[in-house]
Amino acid sequence: MSTTPLRMIQGDVGGREGGGNIPAGARSARVPAAGHWWRALLSVGLVALLAFVGTVHAQAIDPLPFENHAQEVRFQHLTRQLRCLVCQNENLADSNAELARDLRLEVFKLMQQGRSDAQIKQYLVARYSNFVLYDPPLQPGTWLLWFGPALILLAGAGVVLVAVRKRRRDEAIIDVPTENGDEW
Amino acid sequence: MSRLLPFFGFLLLVTLFGFGIWWNTQHDPSEVPSPLINQPAPSFVLPTLDDPTRTVSKASLLGKPYLLNVFASWCVACGEEHPTLMAEGKQLGIPLIGYNYKDAPEDAKGWLGAHGNPYTMVIVDRPGRTAIDFGVYGAPESFLVDAQGVIRYKHIGPFTPQIIARELKPAIAALAHEAQP
Repeated sequence: MSTTPLRMIQGDVGGREGGGNIPAGARSARVPAAGHWWRALLSVGLVALLAFVGTVHAQAIDPLPFENHAQEVRFQHLTRQLRCLVCQNENLADSNAELARDLRLEVFKLMQQGRSDAQIKQYLVARYSNFVLYDPPLQPGTWLLWFGPALILLAGAGVVLVAVRKRRRDEAIIDVPTENGDEW
Repeated sequence: MSRLLPFFGFLLLVTLFGFGIWWNTQHDPSEVPSPLINQPAPSFVLPTLDDPTRTVSKASLLGKPYLLNVFASWCVACGEEHPTLMAEGKQLGIPLIGYNYKDAPEDAKGWLGAHGNPYTMVIVDRPGRTAIDFGVYGAPESFLVDAQGVIRYKHIGPFTPQIIARELKPAIAALAHEAQP
């Protein structure tokens, strides 16, 4: 379904390049200005189509009896934030592991019971710890994780600042203007 | 001194990465820490392998500690663990209860028949629904449950004689110590 329009574009490009004896300037002149937006529109359409194909694929893993489209969107959004515990670099929505399928079904059942996203996450965290969340919550145990990079960046900035000041001071003492900034 | 600064920076990185390598040899980074340690075990009612009409519940096991060992005939690591359980299971001093996970009962029976049965009793969770409450994400996994039905210790992956001596036996001894103050 998605390959056919792609092949059309390739064929189109190939056809254009087929006229190899036309000089480069003339070739670009031959393409009407209107063709550009037509092409852009087509590629935007294709991208949209691909995104659509993606959802269809995810749905195909296990067809669940969703009440409506909004519930399905919510389900997909939620399971994308949850980690599969068997293949830990995959989320629950994408994983084909048996446990992931069981947990998807569990998430679906909890949704049917009217539980909120936060409650469903809490349900899984109570069983599988925060490990099941892709986005680690902000709590004392994760402060280093959340603020560590900023601290390292600040420390680096501090080192640079001290080095620059020291160099300026040294240069002021030696006072050799010609060497100013040589090593930078 | 300032010429040596990059060298010290390099040494710092070597120490950091060396620590990372050492840490990963001591810990399995894919291991999911159980939030259920020192929490009441989830309540369950599951049929036994020998007689599917008989069920065992959490309540019926209260009163004395037991080790719940999640296994399946399809699980390769359970086969690795099995000789250890055969050798040491009877010497633990507490019942070893098999938790047959996502397995066909006839396969489980065949597997235990071929390799020996180290379990006092085997309970069956074919759909794996109760296992989700236990936070099981693979097999083998083992839970030490105390007389009050609280999970006191969990081991993920196969037991080895070393792990039994270093972790499980002290945990069981601590329970026995609590029971006789």
